[in-house]
Parts: sequence; structure tokens; C-alpha cells
Amino acid sequence: MTSESLIEVNNLSFSYDTRPILNGVNMRMQRGQVVAIMGGSGSGKTTLLRLISGAIQPTSGHVKFAGEVVHELSRDALFRLRRKMGMLFQFGALFTDLSVYDNVAFQMREHTNLPESMIRDLVLMKLHAVGLRGAHHLMPNELSGGMARRVALARSIALDPMLIMYDEPFTGLDPISLSVIGNLIRRLTDALGMTSIVVTHDVQESLKIVDYVYFIADGVIAAHGTPKEVRESVAPFVHQFVHGEEDGPVPFHYPAQSYEKDLELEDCRV
Amino acid sequence: MQRTTMDLWVGLFVMAGIAALMVLSLKVGNLNVYNPSQSYILTGNFENIGGLKVRAPVKSAGVVVGRVTDIQFSTQTYDAIVTMSMDSRFIFPKDTFASILTSGLLGEQYIGLAAGGDEDMLTDGDKIMKTNSAMVLEELIGRFLFDKAAEE
Amino acid sequence: MFRHALSAIQNIGHRVIEGMWRLGHASRFFILVLLKSGTSLRRFGLVIRELYFTGVLSLIIIVVSGLFVGMVLGLQGYETLQKYGSESAVGTLVALSLVRELGPVVAALLFASRAGSAITAEIGLMKATEQLAAMGMMAVDPVSRVVAPRFWSGVISMPLLAAIFSVMGVYGGYLVTVVFIGVDEGTYWSQMQSAVDFRFDILNGFIKSCFFGVAVTAIAVFEGYDAPPTAEGVSGATTRTVVSSSLVILGLDFILTAFMFRGVS
Repeated sequence: MTSESLIEVNNLSFSYDTRPILNGVNMRMQRGQVVAIMGGSGSGKTTLLRLISGAIQPTSGHVKFAGEVVHELSRDALFRLRRKMGMLFQFGALFTDLSVYDNVAFQMREHTNLPESMIRDLVLMKLHAVGLRGAHHLMPNELSGGMARRVALARSIALDPMLIMYDEPFTGLDPISLSVIGNLIRRLTDALGMTSIVVTHDVQESLKIVDYVYFIADGVIAAHGTPKEVRESVAPFVHQFVHGEEDGPVPFHYPAQSYEKDLELEDCRV
Repeated sequence: MQRTTMDLWVGLFVMAGIAALMVLSLKVGNLNVYNPSQSYILTGNFENIGGLKVRAPVKSAGVVVGRVTDIQFSTQTYDAIVTMSMDSRFIFPKDTFASILTSGLLGEQYIGLAAGGDEDMLTDGDKIMKTNSAMVLEELIGRFLFDKAAEE
Repeated sequence: MFRHALSAIQNIGHRVIEGMWRLGHASRFFILVLLKSGTSLRRFGLVIRELYFTGVLSLIIIVVSGLFVGMVLGLQGYETLQKYGSESAVGTLVALSLVRELGPVVAALLFASRAGSAITAEIGLMKATEQLAAMGMMAVDPVSRVVAPRFWSGVISMPLLAAIFSVMGVYGGYLVTVVFIGVDEGTYWSQMQSAVDFRFDILNGFIKSCFFGVAVTAIAVFEGYDAPPTAEGVSGATTRTVVSSSLVILGLDFILTAFMFRGVS
């Protein structure tokens, strides 16, 4: 069972109207792995996450999660499956009308009949894991960006999922928060024995923590390998991407993104 | 905000709303004056009802004792059959006189009941025999002019 | 020339099709909300929480406006009625205007701009900040968890607010005509009671406000849920909520009045 892949993506294609986004993607992810999916903007990374979570239907191909084909499930079965998944959104997506404590307790209250005293213990344990036990009484608007994302992380591990997907977890963070989040992803994945999929632009930070990397460009897997293989790769695309070179197979593509990030323009693009 | 404080406010709000509905029904409306569940029906034939409308009050000595519930035209007698729903607290003798009156010069029209002296009382479904039609302004003026012309 | 006319007609057609499509979309969403209301009934705490925001927080504007509308009605009604020597009918005028029309309609218009816009903005922002998507990912249906409780809180608070508005108006009229001008107190209440009928006036006014409550909150939750997830999208949706619910209230009021008070002066 452990050697079997938790997630299998087989020949997956998706088009938006007539515009193809993904074109025959294949992936394997084992339990306990942290897998990064990298690629330029609009290369279909987020679409891939939405396909894995069953939020949208693929045009062809399929995604298998723990042996079940995600998009063939009924609505109820899909919701049952999603209890085994967690997702960390780009800016955390905390419920702004609930306190930090209630945010983390949300899923426990919705999906279990645990007594409130046990929920309290669980919530404090989850918050302790992300180092924010002392902030349980705060409201989301009182948190910094990095703290909000840590709370969101605590919320997504509330029901001990088998898989957590991170949609650009490093966007808009200072270097300290950035490495805190990076290390948390690694540590929680190992401690809880789950699988993590990290969609990111941040090459250097993610190469430190991941087990395997997929590069997506123009809707196909352009390259994949372990961080070591990636760093030493001489394939022009990977080399350009990892080292952030201005010119290469993708002229001006990624550097433009980097500039935008430097100006923190991404924060405005809510 | 504390959960209990919120509950308290919502409780107060709902109570205020229900109290407002009660005030509307009892103080503003006529639910306490006239309860249709305890009523009996009377009818009366009027030669001319003028501007009488359904829901017009039925008054006796100025007090509302019922309401007009229906007005029909009879093809047998060629007059109007007015159905009244009467408050069952008020009963009237058989020879009660019903006339269509106007409150003020231009006010709404209502049915005025003047009690007679009969020992028998009107009961549910009875018909008031003694009726007086509405005064119609045109007829009054017409009669006035006719009388004037006759004098000369 | 011909080309212009053709394109103008095409434009009209396009708008009509667009509008019909949106209407159908909204109706489908409305039915979806009704079908997914089970959670709201099972966990009534969710509705109570929203009742605080839609009902309790709308109270101040409703109470103050009701009082002033009643005072103005009393003043104007007295001015006009005394010319015909029937100032005793001022209570009737105030009460009938409020109970039949102004109470439900003005309260609903205020409710749309106070609570309706807040509901739209809140749901729209939850969508824009991916809170609704996050909820979906946690296997919690946002329609039953977020939309339905807000919908029901609006449906419950609207008739209560309208009743409070009317009562405040009647007492506002009382304040001006009886306390300040000096109309006889007994006349004020007795004229009112003899003219206002429970079934025809109060019950119909109550039914009207129920209809308005459903319409306003249905529009508000739909606009919020349907808003483009951007700042402009949410602000546009909030404006649309106020504009379209105001128009729907007035249109619906005409239709309901025509049905309820037809043949009854």
C-alpha cells in the first residue's frame, strides 16, 4: 500500500471553451512526498489543482486519488473524498467572520460530533504545530500575511488529511515567514504522513523542501526530477527556470513575473 | 461579539417585532372590536345602495356592530341584497330598521341600524325587512328642482 | 441607415437574451437555496447569528424612519383634512397609509439598502477572497452554510421590521397630531380602529412584507454569489442589489395591491 501512488494523473487534458490549458499530463505522487509543480503564469498549475480536487471536470484523461477516479464520483462521494484533502489558498482564505480558533475548529464542527472540550484540545494542538497557539483569540484581520497562512495551514490539517494542496504558499511573504512556511510544509508532511502538492513560482525555497519537481509549460510536463537532478539539469528550459535567466526557451516570461512580484503587484490582483 | 449577547439581542428583536404585530392587530386594527369568528349573518334588500361598498361598517347608535360582507343584485326583485356579518355580542329585534347613511357630507357610507320594539330577535341568516335606501345626491337635487318647477 | 437600425435591433435582442439568461440563472439559484435550507433549519444558530446582522442592526434606521414618516403623515394629513373639517380622520389616514403601503414598502426599501447591500457585499467578498472555494474544499457546501442562513434571516426579519416601522409611524402620527396639535386622543384611536380591518389591511400588509423579504434577500444573496471576484465586481453587485431590489419592491407592491385591494376601496 505504501509503495502505491496516492495520486495518479493519467493523460489529463482540459480546455477552457476552445482554449487548451492542459494537454496530456501524467504524474505520480507517493505517500509522504512533497511534490512541487512549477511553471510560468497561466501554464495551468492552478487548473491542475482544481482538477485533482474535483472542482472542475477534465476534457479527457482522469485523476485517481487513493484508487478512486475523482471526476466520476457522485457529489456526496466527492465531498467525502474532500474530507481527506486539504487546500491552502494563495492568501489563506480564512473565514473573516470567525476567530482563529473558530477557523481551525470549523471542519471539526461541520463534519464530526466531537464534544467541545475535545475540539478545544485538537484546535490548540493544531495551532501549536504552526506556532500560533497564543493567537487563538485573534480575528483574521489582526494577523500578518505569514501568520494568516500558518493559521490556514492549521485549518487545512484539522481533520488529518491524506493530501494537502498549496496554491502559491510563498506569494507575498518576507524571507523569514517564507522559510517558516516552507519548513512547516516539510515538517507537517513528515509528521502526519501525508502528501503535499506545492504549486509555486519560488524555485529556490521549494527546491530546499521538496522530494520531486514537475515543470509545466504550455499545458504539458516540460521536465521532472528530484531537486538534485533539477539543479544539475542541462535541459535549457529547466536551467533557465531554476536560475531565473532572462533569455532562454521562455524569453522574458518568468522575469516579467519576478518584476511584478518585486513591486508586489500580485497583492493588488485579488 | 459574545454568542450570548448576540442571542439576547436577536431575542429582543424578535419579541419587539411580534409585539409590533400585536399592537397593529389590537390597538391599530379592529381585532379586539370585531372578531369575525363569532358572528352571525343578516341580509337586507335595499332599493338603492348608493355608494355602499363591501367592508363598510354596520353601526348602531354610532357603534360598529358588524360589517358588510357581500353585495349582490337580485334579478327577482330588481334590488340589491346586502349581506352583513354581525358581531354575535349584539343582537337586534326583528323589526329593526336598516338604512344606508353617510358619515359627514362627503364621508363613507355605512348601514345604520335602529332597533325596534319586537320581542323576537334576529338570528343567523335572517333578513331585515324594514330598509331605507341611500340618499342619492342627484335624486335629491332632481326632486328639489321638480318641486320648484311645480310651485311656479 | 439600414445597417444602424439592424444593429440597434440586434443590440436590443442581445440585451433581452442576456437579461432572460440572468433571470433564469437567478431562479435556478433561488430554488437551489430553498433545496439546501435543511442545514439552516437543523442548525438554527446559524440563522440567529445572521438575524443579528440583518434584523437587529437594521432596527435603528427602521425605528427612526418609521417615527418620522408617521410624524410627517400626521402633519400633512392634518393640514389637508382640516380644510374639509374632517381632521378627526387623521388617525385613519396615518394608520391606513402605513399599514397598507408605507410600512411594508418603505421598510423594504430601507432593508434593501441597509441589510441587502451588506449581504451582497459580504458574500461577494467571501467569494473574492476564496473563502467560499475554501469551504467547498473542506467538503462544506457554501450555499447551505453561507447563503441559506442569510436568506432565511432576511425572510424572517423583514415582516418584523415592517411591523415595527408601522407601529412607530402610528405613534409618530399620534405624537404630532394628538400631543402637539391637540386632536382628541380617543378620536385618533377610535377612527383608526373603525377603519383598519385586521384581515384586509394588517394581514395583507404583513403578507406584502413577507413577499418583499423573500424578494430582497433572494436578490441580495444571488448578486453576492454571482459577483465577479474583484473589487469592482463586488461594488457593482452591491449597487445592483439596491437598484434591482428597489424596483422589484415597487413593481411587486403594485401587483400585490392590485390583487389584494381590488374592488375594496
